[in-house]
Amino acid sequence: MTDMFRDKIDISLSVNGEPVEARVPAGQHLIDFLRLDQSLTGAHASCEHGVCGACTIRVDGQAVRGCLMLAAQADGADVWTIEGLTDRAEITDLQDAFVARNALQCGFCTPGMLVAAEDLLSRNSQPSREEIREHLSGNYCRCTGYEAIVDAVELVARSRAKGGTA
Amino acid sequence: MPKDHGIGASPKRREDVRFLTGAGNYTDDINVHGQAYVYFLRSDMAHGKINKIDTSAAADMPGVVRIFTGADFEGVGGLPCGWEITDKNGAAMKEPAHPVLAIGKVRHVGDPVAAIVADSLEQARDAAEAIELDIEELPAVVDMPRALQADSPLVHDDLADNLCYDWQFGTDTETTDKAFAAAAHVTTLELVNNRLVANPMEPRVAVGDYSRANDESTLYTTSQNPHVIRLLMGAFVLGIPEHKLRVVAPDVGGGFGTKIFHYAEEAFCTFASRQINRAVKWTSSRSEAFMSDAHGRDHVTKIELALDADNNFTAVRTNTHANMGAYLSTFSTSVPTWLHGTLMAGNYRTPAVQVNVKAVFTNTVPVDAYRGAGRPEATFQLERVIDQAARELGVDPIALRRQNFISEFPYETPVAVVYDTGDYVATMDKMEELIDIAGFPARRAESEARGMLRGLGVNCFIEACGIAPSNLVGQLGARAGLYDAATVRVNATGSISVMVGAHSHGQGHETVFPQVVAEMLGIDESMIDIVHGDTSKIPFGMGTYGSRSLAVCGSAMVRATEKIINKAKKIAGHLLEASEADIELKDGQFSVAGTDKSVAWGDVTLAAYVPHNYPLEDIEPGLEETAFYDPSNFTYPAGAYACEVEVDPETGKVTIEKFVSADDFGNVINPMIVEGQVHGGIAQGIGQALLENCSYDENGQLLSASYMDYAMPRADDLPHMSQYQVDHSCQTPCTHNPLGVKGCGEAGAIGSPPTVVNAVLDALNSGGHNVAHIDMPVSPARVWAAING
Repeated sequence: MTDMFRDKIDISLSVNGEPVEARVPAGQHLIDFLRLDQSLTGAHASCEHGVCGACTIRVDGQAVRGCLMLAAQADGADVWTIEGLTDRAEITDLQDAFVARNALQCGFCTPGMLVAAEDLLSRNSQPSREEIREHLSGNYCRCTGYEAIVDAVELVARSRAKGGTA
Repeated sequence: MPKDHGIGASPKRREDVRFLTGAGNYTDDINVHGQAYVYFLRSDMAHGKINKIDTSAAADMPGVVRIFTGADFEGVGGLPCGWEITDKNGAAMKEPAHPVLAIGKVRHVGDPVAAIVADSLEQARDAAEAIELDIEELPAVVDMPRALQADSPLVHDDLADNLCYDWQFGTDTETTDKAFAAAAHVTTLELVNNRLVANPMEPRVAVGDYSRANDESTLYTTSQNPHVIRLLMGAFVLGIPEHKLRVVAPDVGGGFGTKIFHYAEEAFCTFASRQINRAVKWTSSRSEAFMSDAHGRDHVTKIELALDADNNFTAVRTNTHANMGAYLSTFSTSVPTWLHGTLMAGNYRTPAVQVNVKAVFTNTVPVDAYRGAGRPEATFQLERVIDQAARELGVDPIALRRQNFISEFPYETPVAVVYDTGDYVATMDKMEELIDIAGFPARRAESEARGMLRGLGVNCFIEACGIAPSNLVGQLGARAGLYDAATVRVNATGSISVMVGAHSHGQGHETVFPQVVAEMLGIDESMIDIVHGDTSKIPFGMGTYGSRSLAVCGSAMVRATEKIINKAKKIAGHLLEASEADIELKDGQFSVAGTDKSVAWGDVTLAAYVPHNYPLEDIEPGLEETAFYDPSNFTYPAGAYACEVEVDPETGKVTIEKFVSADDFGNVINPMIVEGQVHGGIAQGIGQALLENCSYDENGQLLSASYMDYAMPRADDLPHMSQYQVDHSCQTPCTHNPLGVKGCGEAGAIGSPPTVVNAVLDALNSGGHNVAHIDMPVSPARVWAAING
């Protein structure tokens, strides 16, 4: 690691709607900043090279891999994690549908899966099952075989179309 | 009408709430105040002689607390193997030392050479780069037959050769040879069961925390069995007595077998924290996981099936090379032997079954149990060779299986086990119904009209789960008992905590286990909580693997609850001034038979803890009971699976068009959980069949060390639900455990790989391509080569 990456950088951002100011190592990944410095352990690090999706969070409205973005790059950003999305009840119907359809087992991939699913539904309110599978194919789940996850997302899409919650 | 609570109902999982809200407590979420971090410097060579490790420059780097090498572990125990195998000549297996950090040699890519403990992980990693390693590269051996040649490099210099054991089991050679000599037809296949990496989404983590105040160590670790880790690490590696060692496995993000074993990193963090009097944390990176988590499968087999003139199976003989890797992982030696050989009879009444296994050391990561562990390897061979025999004989593969089914129970196989119950015809019937066998020719014609080849593959399987009778496995070489334990603690107001030895890392025990206790007591499930994963809270149980949690630990829980009921009836009898023999428990009420006199559950539990009006001369106050349950036999889940594939002959691409499973798990406590387990198991089995492969080059370099080059199934790789059906309506209850359950965790991974491969071969042969076998993963390249070969 070069000295440059040991430099500390001051950042100012919003995390789950709360202002946060911090001095972070230039090389620190956003997921580590959230987990270690902010004690937001809901998003998980699993592959650390952007392939598995377990660390998926929302940054400025986009689903982002927390392991591919540096904390320093989040200066000025609006960051939402599973904890904040839960608190403001934005994805309650999705969470309920995951329970109803048994769409999780060990739960490790689940927070990232939820953020990815909500990202899909925010762009495409009526995805087909193929589109759901395609969109979620960036998020590994080793437990469920995905079928129940696809069911849960489809359930929410239909329910929201009717103006209700799942 | 389906039940809405208790046994047979599908209440939603109570553990979901914390996982869905980010409130789970996984090991990496645990941080101990003042903790240091360890980075393991791992060998990038498959085989080498350590001449010198110079840590002097690294030790002066910023933040470095201490650097450890193998020399620090000279007087410390190595990682033990939990199962001793006796070879066919009566000799004990070869059991090489497995130091926590490499001593003298490195033996596989990923073998830890040094451990750098520093204030931060970045500092530890930086310091690792300053360590000067003088390791002389030695020729490596990866291929098993090569490893057994006289001039092969030796993985362990103190062993005469790379053969761990040469094991033979089942029918004697003379009888087997005679059966083959008399056969009307013999089918032979040579096949590979591909090496896999379990890849739970949560990488392994260990936090060692030492308290000088009371000389106690706590290890937080990603384990399926915290008591096993405490026993192995405390007694065999570090010499810490159990009462000074606590092992906590909190929420664990999937295991699939690879988190059963005791690993070097766990021992290291515990050891180092005692040395530096400070907590030490290790979190595996994904690349480290690929080169340090025990791998699975990796068998190379020749199987022969003998049939008489009427197509009855008369003999099965297998010769397998099983890769052990460079060291013996905790249960590695039992997988190709007792967990594999005892299943080689399958669902069939074959009078002679002989199993031969050579276990081989190579310069690769250790291999141990992965979902199914030995049973998928047995099933794959047997069901592939039966399919090939049907093709060679020109008979229907389903009819050939049906003709040879075991149909009377109990049935003692030539490979030592006694199947207590089963109904293979019923699952086969159900499978045929689900796949719509009658409609297959039309579906094939439709595919062919589009230029595609369509195949139907079937597979039957049997497992031995619920491991295991301790006295039996003790005779077979196990160095541990395999019972489990549960404590039912009834509180004064009637709520209950059940402390269990089983560990839940996705299986939903926290939901399912209360269903059983609630049913027995007639109280609401919400009054019952399950406690697991902490040796300071739970009785000494053996943990979760081999689809054993409900069959073994659940049985212990039933026994403990029965003790509770017996005592509670005594208390109720006292309160009701009636004989305890007349007390009945129903819907949470104790009543005197034939009267309207009753007391509620809560009145009895309160009396137990506030014993003012209480038979103190006869029974103790309190209401807490523990039971240990040691099963009298394995359980034998079985099933019939079918798969339809389309193969594009132009590209070799295989698409699964339909997949159905008909399982017999005995009684089912929570159908929703069971279906989830089967779906997940099938996904892993399809992964093995079509996608996954852990590969090494000839020099022992690991070629698949990240998700970029190890293909795990993604959502769009698997069939859609309209093409999937999982069924567990065929139920022959286990005859020897109180719940009649058999276990469902591994079935999908055992049953699906041969189903898929059989379907692909059926497709190819239907197109006139005379292909006997394709090794997994059945990739487009391999299929294309088979078509065009």
